[in-house]
Amino acid sequence: MELIKPGTNIPFTKYRHIAVILSTIVNLAVLAFLIFRGPVLGVDFAGGTVVQLRFTQKATISQIREALGKLGEGDVVIQDFGQEGSNEFLVRLEKTAVQLGALTEQLRTNLSQKFGPNGFEIRRIESVGPKVGSELRQKGTWSVIAATIMMGVYIWVRFQLRFGVGAVIALIHDVLVTTGALMLAGYEFDLTIIAALLTVVGYSVNDTVIVCDRVREHLRKNRRETLENLINLSINETLSRTIITTGTALLVLFALFILGGGVIRPFAFALLVGFFSGVYSTIFIASPVILLWEKGKKPSK
Amino acid sequence: MQRGVLVRLVIFLIATATAVVYLVPTFVHDLPPWWTQYMPSDRIHLGLDLQGGSHLVLEVKVDQAIENTVERIKDDIVKLSREKKIPVTEAVRQGNQIRLKVPAASADAIRDLQKGEFSNLAILSSQVSGGTADFVLTLSDKELRALRDAVVDQSLETIRNRIDQFGVSEPIIQRQGQQNILVQLPGIQDPERAKEIIGKTALLEFKLVDDSRSVEEALKIGPPPGDQILYGQDRTPYLLVAQALMTGEYIADAHVRPSSRLEGPYVELVLNNTGARLFERITAENVKRRLAIVLDNKVYSAPVIQERIGGGRASITGRFEMKDARDLAIILRAGALPAPVEVAEERTVGPSLGSDSIRQGVISFAVGSSLVILFMLIYYKGAGLLADIALMFHILFLLAILAAFKAVLTLPGIAGIVLIAGMAVDANVLINERIREELRAGKSARAAIEAGYERALPAIIDTNVTTFLSGVILFQFGTGPIKGFAVTLCVGILTTVVTAVYMTRIYYDWRIGSRKLARISI
Repeated sequence: MELIKPGTNIPFTKYRHIAVILSTIVNLAVLAFLIFRGPVLGVDFAGGTVVQLRFTQKATISQIREALGKLGEGDVVIQDFGQEGSNEFLVRLEKTAVQLGALTEQLRTNLSQKFGPNGFEIRRIESVGPKVGSELRQKGTWSVIAATIMMGVYIWVRFQLRFGVGAVIALIHDVLVTTGALMLAGYEFDLTIIAALLTVVGYSVNDTVIVCDRVREHLRKNRRETLENLINLSINETLSRTIITTGTALLVLFALFILGGGVIRPFAFALLVGFFSGVYSTIFIASPVILLWEKGKKPSK
Repeated sequence: MQRGVLVRLVIFLIATATAVVYLVPTFVHDLPPWWTQYMPSDRIHLGLDLQGGSHLVLEVKVDQAIENTVERIKDDIVKLSREKKIPVTEAVRQGNQIRLKVPAASADAIRDLQKGEFSNLAILSSQVSGGTADFVLTLSDKELRALRDAVVDQSLETIRNRIDQFGVSEPIIQRQGQQNILVQLPGIQDPERAKEIIGKTALLEFKLVDDSRSVEEALKIGPPPGDQILYGQDRTPYLLVAQALMTGEYIADAHVRPSSRLEGPYVELVLNNTGARLFERITAENVKRRLAIVLDNKVYSAPVIQERIGGGRASITGRFEMKDARDLAIILRAGALPAPVEVAEERTVGPSLGSDSIRQGVISFAVGSSLVILFMLIYYKGAGLLADIALMFHILFLLAILAAFKAVLTLPGIAGIVLIAGMAVDANVLINERIREELRAGKSARAAIEAGYERALPAIIDTNVTTFLSGVILFQFGTGPIKGFAVTLCVGILTTVVTAVYMTRIYYDWRIGSRKLARISI
């Protein structure tokens, strides 16, 4: 079986101008959103408490809010969680468990009054102090930046500087697109999202590596052809591999997204978007950057 | 069979057998005794998010302990100066600094004192003006660092003692960073009580009640110098002499005693020899006065000393529930924390959520990897089957390595295994695509295979190195569950390269060697 017929030659590099303009707009939009609104931060980063509750019978958000009593006052977010009909909810409190004091006991007493002592289950409590939160946020951001630069340096060492620069810009694009998609979908940013972003960085650079590897091979054999044609040829030759590899990764990610449960879902979503973006950015971001670099170096041509 | 192929096949079989042996303890629960004695018995551990339990990060308030130490040093300086007849006119502590004022003539004596008995202090500034010398002293950087370390280490030791006595199986208690302590308590049902036991400073002090003034007056105009007002459990105010006569450091043992009267149980303290002597002297000197027993700045009781108390026994009464009395005894036995601790991070997962997560993880793994296996089989036929077999061995090796290194499997870790299953076939895809290309270029099957492997290898190495690098960064940054993901990612990459490249090659080399290979299914 073959998905991409041999000899396929899609002139990808021809579309690069449109692609670059489009991607720049998207990236700037995400950046603006990041700077002016910022993502919704989970307790890992913002501090506070999140409680996962499961009820034996159908419960509504307003019932829970009412039952929480004093705990439910102030900035409290209650939302559905988990599969449909599982009667699971996430309650997000602004304060930490320490500030609230004996949180489990308070929850138990308050909820028992409305739902009965066996009508609910406290499945998970996560509470992070504001100081730890901001520390984790900083470390998380830096780790993504460090990873991106490291990928660029690796490609620089293994191939050439221009490929490294192309890869870094493509990765920045992937991270921004993933971040934007997460914000659009309304997912909270927490440690697992950082893990996902780091994985996206480590994985989507692969396609760039594969194309660079091909380009280098052609450059050795074929010195007459223009770089643009060589890049295009390389993208086409590796297209089949790119689609299949990303495809198999996307298959397992779909499985995780649908079946993996509420904690894993945002993680799987981020990887789905990031891996997809990784393919696009190799073709439409990394390659133009490499070409641009080449033209900048030889203005006479 | 060729020699080279045979050797590689034997190595591969040995590796497989070893992997299986390492996995047995993870999947078989009742191991025969001969196995546990001679064979590896480490298994894959489940993280708290899968097993249920509490993960706490405690921040040790080191600064407060340092201030206490500086305060004590200040008192020592004043005492020693008095013995040496150095007329100190003023001695105050400001944060971590001690401010001393002496007549200019005694300035050298203070310098000598600093060089001699108080060499752990550094003179921050000294000014002589108008006949007085003004010193600012502080702990030296080296001393400060050592003190910080000691406070955190001692806190860790105390917390470990308390948890051991509380009775939790396989707890993890580690230092984390500069002043944090990580505590993991698998499977505990009541994290609130655990936090109570861990977090209590348990500073026990014996202080005299100041009967020379009435409490009401002190409440109105503030306590006289050297005194303080503390409250009892029922909010009764007490006017106490702030300087403690004795602290809990002399406690040798503490246990709960059921009360003979209606008062409920009480906690009896047994003091060590030094403590017993000290306690005897204190009680002898203060007969008919009231001695308050203060725990974490709360007055538990303030009985009148009837007579000199020898034998080193004291008791703390209060209206205790049996459970509270028992917890208090645990805390007092384990000793006081040198500094207060605060829960900076808490993650508690109930057991039912953990087993749900495992189930969801296993289902997504089964579905995800089946889809990949099916796809490879359809797309590459024979070569796809080979890649699928390699994938299964990859999973076997991955799990075996996790078990051998006692790695902790977390929910993101399971997600990592699922993800790796999707990424593992990348190497085979690269090789197979390359072989197809070479075949199309008109090469023989044998030449195509050889060229395919050879040309695909650099790309395979590069792609895996980049993913591995991001895994390493993630491991550096991550905490708990995320580390689990980083570990499976990194180990998984190593095993995929081994199985997808080297293992499949054994098969092809065998085929090439055994007969003339005219056609391959790819």
